[in-house]
Amino acid sequence: MQPITRRTALKGSAAVAAAALLGGRAAAQSIDELVIAYNVNLPSWDPTVGPSAVNPTIQGFYQSVFDQFILQNPDLTPAPGLLTEWGWNDDKTKVMMKVREGVTWHDGSPFTAEDVAWSLTRAADEKTGNPIQFIWSTLGNIKAEGNTVTADVVRFEPTIFKWMYFLTGYVLPKAYFEKVGPEGFEAAPIGTGPYMVDKFERNAFVRLKANENYWNGKPEFDTVTIKFVTDAASRVAEIESGNAHVTLEMPYEEYDRLRGTNGIGGVAEPISDIGMIFINDVDPMLDANVRMAAAHAIDKQTIIDRLLSGYGVAIDTLQTPEYEAYDASIKVPYDPEKAKELLAASGFSPDNPVKFKIQTTRGFKPKDYEMIQAIVGLWRRVGIEAEIEVYEIAKHYELRAADQLAPAAFYNWGNSVGDPTTSTGFAMFGPSPHSVWDGQELIDMIGPLWGEADEDKRIAAWKEVDKYVADNALVIPLLQYVQPILHANGVKVTPHASGALLPHLMTRA
Amino acid sequence: MNLVRIIIVRLATTIVTLLGAAVIVFFVIRVVPGNPIAMMLPPGATDADIARLTALYGLDKSIPEQFVIWLTRALQGDFGTSISLRQPVMPLVLGRLPATLELSIFALVLAVMIGGTMALTGTRFRGTRTEAGIDVANGVGLSIPDFLWALVLILLFGVLVPVFYVSGRISPSLDLPFVTQFYVFESLVRLRFDLWWDLLKHMFMPALALAIPLAAIIGQLLKQSLKETMHLDYVVLARTKGYGENHVILFEALRNAVLPTLTLVGVQFTFLIGGTVIIERLFSYEGLGNMAIDAVINRDLPLIQGIVIVFALLFTVINLVVDMTYAFLNPRLRHA
Repeated sequence: MQPITRRTALKGSAAVAAAALLGGRAAAQSIDELVIAYNVNLPSWDPTVGPSAVNPTIQGFYQSVFDQFILQNPDLTPAPGLLTEWGWNDDKTKVMMKVREGVTWHDGSPFTAEDVAWSLTRAADEKTGNPIQFIWSTLGNIKAEGNTVTADVVRFEPTIFKWMYFLTGYVLPKAYFEKVGPEGFEAAPIGTGPYMVDKFERNAFVRLKANENYWNGKPEFDTVTIKFVTDAASRVAEIESGNAHVTLEMPYEEYDRLRGTNGIGGVAEPISDIGMIFINDVDPMLDANVRMAAAHAIDKQTIIDRLLSGYGVAIDTLQTPEYEAYDASIKVPYDPEKAKELLAASGFSPDNPVKFKIQTTRGFKPKDYEMIQAIVGLWRRVGIEAEIEVYEIAKHYELRAADQLAPAAFYNWGNSVGDPTTSTGFAMFGPSPHSVWDGQELIDMIGPLWGEADEDKRIAAWKEVDKYVADNALVIPLLQYVQPILHANGVKVTPHASGALLPHLMTRA
Repeated sequence: MNLVRIIIVRLATTIVTLLGAAVIVFFVIRVVPGNPIAMMLPPGATDADIARLTALYGLDKSIPEQFVIWLTRALQGDFGTSISLRQPVMPLVLGRLPATLELSIFALVLAVMIGGTMALTGTRFRGTRTEAGIDVANGVGLSIPDFLWALVLILLFGVLVPVFYVSGRISPSLDLPFVTQFYVFESLVRLRFDLWWDLLKHMFMPALALAIPLAAIIGQLLKQSLKETMHLDYVVLARTKGYGENHVILFEALRNAVLPTLTLVGVQFTFLIGGTVIIERLFSYEGLGNMAIDAVINRDLPLIQGIVIVFALLFTVINLVVDMTYAFLNPRLRHA
């Protein structure tokens, strides 16, 4: 037996004190209450109005409490949800939707087709403040009869049903909302989703209780607490200390360091966010040789390997492999010699470089500034001298809406429905406030596609657009992001390709 | 009489200060890049959509017009509605203020305790290795900013020896009986020591991170004042009367030496509250500072204005209280 020294006594006291202080910690071995350290705050509960409604990073909260019209599988494909069937009539002048029966709201009242019709009508009303009103207003005369909802097509929108599982595509309770009003709903929101809001402390946490009557099966964890931990270092500390069972969006180095250690597992899958460089059609980007040289001079895979620890998928169009209009044959290879030739044709060389400004955020997306630094270094070798300007994301939005971005500007684009209109379409169509390339040829190519009724033809035409964009380097797609998720080994996390971290897709391991 | 005059003058300057802060913030946040409407534009928004949203948030008018509208409403207690949170600004801000105040006061208490102990110990053992050690500790405390202390503390007490909570203000699993937002105070009043203990475990690290630099300042200044006081005649007289060194420091020298420190603490307290912006963010503490960062990121103009006004009011009130306290304690001012 070892003698008790002052040192061992002190160690023992410290251990006892630590154990006392640690009482009530989330222990990984037996998880009764799932704790998630989330990377963003939830500003508002109404998923259909205000800035929150179009913020992709908080859709996971909404999808835990509310159902969308149509369910979206983790691989982005649609599936029957509150709507079990949907479609147009033959001449595409009407839409018809069948509504699931036997569903109840969190307050126990029955969910009906009236709720769907009301939610669509409200979304289409410009007075409500739905930011996607321009899409919802393509439907009119929305009526419910039995478990069927019908509407007239005011303007044919080929993506209308995709929006039903995208931003603002949520079904809200008509009777309850009319009874409590917007403020009452904000204070006590109810939906038909897998979880019910039990407690919400703004800027702190939301505690969810499982919906016992969820139409798609009761979720595994009865209670889920989502803490809003916006600082990445704190999120890492949360999972490392056992205070949280699941967290996401930490530096890839931290993900690699912690995964597989100390009872922590990890999953990192590509999501629908991409990194890209907008090209503005101002001097010197009006010169096709400069644009194409800039595109060919970027070694995307090496950037991903070296800066993002390999977590990323190099892309050459604004479509990721999961998107419908993805065409693997469209390639913009890394070819510095070709870049030099193209620049030489326009009179530029490493000794006489073409000069322009590139704007980027710093810390908004993983290694955004470092990636641009690397790209500027690669450009310098072929004869492009780019000056980096760091700006806040808010300034990017303002400049882009005003078509005043620099000749090159880094940005990330999300498109969780995977339709080409919501990637190439909105990013590249000149009249869109999100596009800075205003070339008439591209406008003429994209214009007719907005209302194209033949789906196969539409997708094929978008691929043609992507090929044209790639061939002329009208934008420089860089990579598809991979979302790192760390979790206690007691939890099995199913990642969703939209990037939404959904507690009802988590089970005990 | 002097005190009353000072209060009247300070109240008048407070109004001017608040108005100045309101004008500066209102115009500056509208001039800096970043338009809240551009941030909420959906893909495919048309010019008409942009115009509709701009009008909806009252941003279609000129900046002076917007200011007059805002000021008129603010004077009636209506500070507008938050763009991102879609709630009236003032209840939101006032709802978060107690959390920040409790954190700041706790940090101040820690700073005074740590700094005071270091100063007294340094004075008691002046000229020894203990004093040298305290001087080094003061130097380290001063040279490392609070946010770095926060990261060190997270690593130490959040990860390596996880005895304190890394984020939040109170454990979400606890049911709170509180009717005010002053959780620490109310938990004591209700004798709910379980909640009080949980609150303390959440507050300790952010408070300590805020406290360390201030503690170093207090420690250094108070020790210096004490050392100077220790040579004054009345202290020497106390010694010759046979009082012990501890008695002389605590009951004779400290009272006179503490005055300059008190003034400094008052000034530094406002800096400490300013420091909560970053610290609350790091610890995901649900206070006003954390809300301020979100408001700036989202370019939530009404919320930014509301937070700045409340911060400005807080700072002027604290300065007023410090001035009053100093005037009350210092007989030279009191009888001037």
